[in-house]
Amino acid sequence: MMNFLDKDNLQSDIVLIVIFTIAILTMPIWLQPFGAAYPDLMQKFAIFGIFATGFNILFGLTGYLSFGHAAFLGVGSYTAVWSFKLLGMNPLPALVLAVIAAGIFALAIGYLSLRRTGIYFSILTLAFAQMSYNLAYSVLTPITNGETGLRVLRSDPRIFDGNGSETGPLVANLFGIEMTGLSGFYFCAVVLILVSWFAIMIFRSPFGLMLKAVKTNQNRMGYTGLNTRPYALAAFIISGMYAGLAGALMCITDPLAGAERMQWTASGEVVLMTILGGAGTLMGPMLGAGLIKYFENIFSSFNESTLESVFHFLPEGMREAAISVAGLFVGEGWHLTLGLMFMIVVIFLPGGIIEGLRRLAKAVFGRKRADDTPQRGGDTAPTGH
Amino acid sequence: MSLLEVNDVNKAFGGLKALNHINLSVKEGSVHAIIGPNGAGKSTLLNCLIGRLIPDSGTVTFGGRSLIGVRPYEINQIGVSRVFQTPEIFGELSLIDNVMIPSLAHRDGTFKLNPWHRMDGEAEIRDHAMSNLADVGLAEKSEIIADSLSRGDKRRLELAMCLSQDPKLLLLDEPTAGMARHDTNRTIDLLKEISERRGQTMVVIEHDMHVVFSLAHYVTVMAQGGVIVEDRPENIKGNPKVQEAYLGGAHL
Ligand SMILES: Nc1ncnc2c1ncn2[C@@H]1O[C@H](COP(=O)(O)OP(=O)(O)OP(=O)(O)O)[C@@H](O)[C@H]1O
Ligand SMILES: [Mg+2]
Repeated sequence: MMNFLDKDNLQSDIVLIVIFTIAILTMPIWLQPFGAAYPDLMQKFAIFGIFATGFNILFGLTGYLSFGHAAFLGVGSYTAVWSFKLLGMNPLPALVLAVIAAGIFALAIGYLSLRRTGIYFSILTLAFAQMSYNLAYSVLTPITNGETGLRVLRSDPRIFDGNGSETGPLVANLFGIEMTGLSGFYFCAVVLILVSWFAIMIFRSPFGLMLKAVKTNQNRMGYTGLNTRPYALAAFIISGMYAGLAGALMCITDPLAGAERMQWTASGEVVLMTILGGAGTLMGPMLGAGLIKYFENIFSSFNESTLESVFHFLPEGMREAAISVAGLFVGEGWHLTLGLMFMIVVIFLPGGIIEGLRRLAKAVFGRKRADDTPQRGGDTAPTGH
Repeated sequence: MSLLEVNDVNKAFGGLKALNHINLSVKEGSVHAIIGPNGAGKSTLLNCLIGRLIPDSGTVTFGGRSLIGVRPYEINQIGVSRVFQTPEIFGELSLIDNVMIPSLAHRDGTFKLNPWHRMDGEAEIRDHAMSNLADVGLAEKSEIIADSLSRGDKRRLELAMCLSQDPKLLLLDEPTAGMARHDTNRTIDLLKEISERRGQTMVVIEHDMHVVFSLAHYVTVMAQGGVIVEDRPENIKGNPKVQEAYLGGAHL
């Protein structure tokens, strides 16, 4: 079943996108046994799926590891809330404006950061993101509303909202459909499907091939007549736009934007998602995003009493010990679990979860293709540098 | 008529004069060999031609245009392709991708934003790349990852990459190093064929005298950063200056 991921003709891509679309749209059904079919959580899956998919266009294809992508998430959120405040609660202009603003921001940061490669590039992006974070709390408070966060107020102009909207709830509203509950999820899901399709197009295009060349050998590219800088910059801007889009979608149900969205932990999280799922693979980063958000939801909701019921079967003394050890890994301590998961994947499965699935598929379906040892793409683990 | 003109070029690394008043003139349609002992400055000279290094002084003109200070990708776009001494290939990509990239660069220029095109729609580029791979004898390995090739195969791949661009000037830095005799002969035959069939202009750095004398129309001998002799191959063999400076006669 995983074999179609290795092929890159149009038919197998169409199969891929159809299966993907069905899988996304039926999430409310098949996530039920996992206890994850809440609209809120599914909406998070979609939003972080978009964020990670965009990040992968930069990191997975060109190898440039940005540690500052949360800045674009923040820019997207602030722009979206301003669009709600000024233009009205329709999410479409908010998304378009957020993507444009994040793109312009990415152009500036990318132009400067891409003068360096490797660790220096990563540090530059981190520095710019932290600067944005601090500015949002200080000089930019007229735009960002500082620590309180930017929110939509009844008194805002919202010029395209009709008269009747004055008393309605302050959530995004797509031509009468309120972006809460399942409709909020489905809106994000449709956006996710569209931008995933665009990501697949990039992967399969001559442009995408050039991005892979950037990762592999920039010297050779130059002596081959290609200017590497605009390729890397284009990838940076596109991935920044994906982040801006994700940031805007975070505001549709709860139109609030805060600077903490730009913090370095948020930038680190998307790196984890991408590597966990499989950098440079089509579906890996989205999978990584979903898994991290899923486990975050489970583990961080655990508390004393849930642990007590889990370890109920143990005898008295052991039960207490088990609870106190497990207690370190849940609730507030969920990041410890995340760290462990990440270490296990990086050490034992450097290609990420997709690589694991591939190995599994190979073990199960055996050596049907005897000649498939060093085939293109799939079989070499993407090296993250 | 000369396609490439190098005039009084100097390049020093710290106190080391790697290139010392170098003059070189490469005629259009000719195969020009550069020979000389290790450290003579041969690769440094090629580096000055493709924009990897900028000479301290002197001029380099290609088809009447100065190459000094021109960026490497622009130099390639006006028709100069090079095979490096240590292979420069796209190691993580398949051979066919390795050859399609230079071919696309030749067609589309230094940058093109076309995420809406599909690679599998680029039949012409793919066929062209396959025929270039076939020319160097790597067609059946087209889907293999380039890093897994032997050193000699990497060099042949790099040659295919350069040939796919149909360059006006082909620079080859020891194109047969690391190859088995059989592959060396095959590469000589290929280079000879493109020289005769397309009149391909080439500069070849070579240690293997068998290669030099079976290919070259002109030979330049370098030692210690300077040009010692420039002549036709048949006159080089007997030249006492060359024997003394270069090999003590052993190889000739
Ligand atoms: N980038 C550099 N920095 C410092 N010194 C260099 C550099 N490149 C070359 N050199 C030195 O310049 C001299 C000429 O080197 P070059 O590589 O041009 O020789 P070559 O003729 O190609 O030799 P070989 O046959 O071994 O390839 C050598 O002494 C080398 O150490
Ligand atoms: Mg050399």
